[in-house]
Amino acid sequence: MGFEKFLFYCFAAMTVAAAGMVISRRNPVHAVLWMVVAFVSSAALWILLEAEFLGIVLVLVYVGAVMVLFLFVVMMLDIDIATLRAGFIRYLPVGALVAAVMLIEIVLVVGPAHFGLTAFPAPAPAGVAVNNTHDLGMLLYTVYVYPVELASVILLVAIVAAIRLTLRWRPDSKYIDPARQVRVKKGPDRLRIVKMASVGPAEMPAASLADTKE
Amino acid sequence: MIELWNALPLLIQILLKVIVIVLPLLGLVAYYTLAERKVIGYMQVRIGPNRVGWRGLLQPIADAVKLMMKEIVVPTQADKTLFVIAPLISIVPAIAAWAVFPFDATLVVADIHASLLYILALSSLGVYGIIIAGWASNSKYALLGAMRSAAQLVAYEIAMGFALVGVLVAAGSLNLGEIVRAQTGNVFTWFWLPLLPLFGVYVIAGVAETNRAPFDVAEGESEIVAGFHVEYSGMGFAVFFLAEYANMILISALTALLFMGGWLSPLPQSWVQGVFPLDDGFQWLLLKTFFIMFVFLWLRATFPRYRYDQIMRLGWKVFIPITIVWILVVAGGVVAKLPPWWSA
Repeated sequence: MGFEKFLFYCFAAMTVAAAGMVISRRNPVHAVLWMVVAFVSSAALWILLEAEFLGIVLVLVYVGAVMVLFLFVVMMLDIDIATLRAGFIRYLPVGALVAAVMLIEIVLVVGPAHFGLTAFPAPAPAGVAVNNTHDLGMLLYTVYVYPVELASVILLVAIVAAIRLTLRWRPDSKYIDPARQVRVKKGPDRLRIVKMASVGPAEMPAASLADTKE
Repeated sequence: MIELWNALPLLIQILLKVIVIVLPLLGLVAYYTLAERKVIGYMQVRIGPNRVGWRGLLQPIADAVKLMMKEIVVPTQADKTLFVIAPLISIVPAIAAWAVFPFDATLVVADIHASLLYILALSSLGVYGIIIAGWASNSKYALLGAMRSAAQLVAYEIAMGFALVGVLVAAGSLNLGEIVRAQTGNVFTWFWLPLLPLFGVYVIAGVAETNRAPFDVAEGESEIVAGFHVEYSGMGFAVFFLAEYANMILISALTALLFMGGWLSPLPQSWVQGVFPLDDGFQWLLLKTFFIMFVFLWLRATFPRYRYDQIMRLGWKVFIPITIVWILVVAGGVVAKLPPWWSA
């Protein structure tokens, strides 16, 4: 138990520290990388809670795919950091107010009155025999099958909409369709054999000879 | 012996297991580079390295010593911290993935339920090393290489993930050991046969994921010098190299596990029970892994580099539809209890 607690505090400290770095770094690329660290250490916290499926999927989906694209975009941006930081003091009171309101709200909703150890005592460890991927799958595809299907359809609609909105045809593009390239036949498409009578210079009319000499 | 082992503290036990896996892996990486130069040499009617040691057998060691002795140059405009940790970020996932790898029916360091998912998650982290290296170098060639590599990895990871979904449906488990056990029988009950399109997609996507020829546009010597690692010298370069080869070995070994029956013998159990080299065991896994590793080299010696737009087309428009269709076919086969794979 002692080692587990030690691990928990290590990862918890790492998560909080990384989250602090995300909002305090000047360089946006560094901020994104600290966010990756925060994701990975919170995945480790989930695995400590025996939610190995959720932990691994957090790394796979958020770190492995979403943050890669995020990093990609941030790297391409040419951000002038000085202008971003210019209004820091001016906006500080508003920012502090929003932060305070958020903090009070969070404490009211998930504070010890609702989510304390008395309301939710720590569950007994399930042991290594419990396969939570299997259990989660069973729940998602039996009890919650309609919400899952609905969510997937909504996501599909979002994908199609995003693609349609950003799709533009470029008539000047020199793009070659490889499928058409592969289908090219030697006969009509690529090679045209032109029959010509074999005529030597001597037999040519004098006028055309004069043309070629010019 | 067993008592001595049990008396050791847990952390020391884990550390010893890690050493027992990582040291042979790094040795294999070193000799894979030699094998690559030899195999491609002979395929192109050359001899390959033959000066250091007997028939060039000490060449990898000479290379390693040379790289260690070289000066590490950090570009003036580079982001120094990220420049230094980028090679480490690329090699750690390549080695950490072996933690859940079953070497035979009983030999595995961490036998977790979702081991295939764990390997998929870790291999998706490898791209960070490349992107960070490309950005931190502050060089246009490196950044172009990193962009190409990231786009390619994201594209092929989807096809690869879907190919793995087919395996999961066929085996009914996320555990690598269970997946191998689901293929018990003989060479025809392994998953390569019912999952043949997925097998092909997985191997090709694996070549693309590891940025190997003919998908090596991230390095693209003729256009962008060496891509993401153009600014790296000495050990920084060597660590990128190690990570690439360790990833190739991992993909080969995974292919052997998922589609070629892992440690299972190709002959039926009733024929080979107890006959050492033919019985189920680590030697079969090694043989199958070496075969796929050889295929990687063979591809490199045979094919010219893909054009970038064709890489994207192959990943998105060819592989993903193939895998989606075949997942449905496999699911139908499992529901219909198609013999000999799903009759039990």
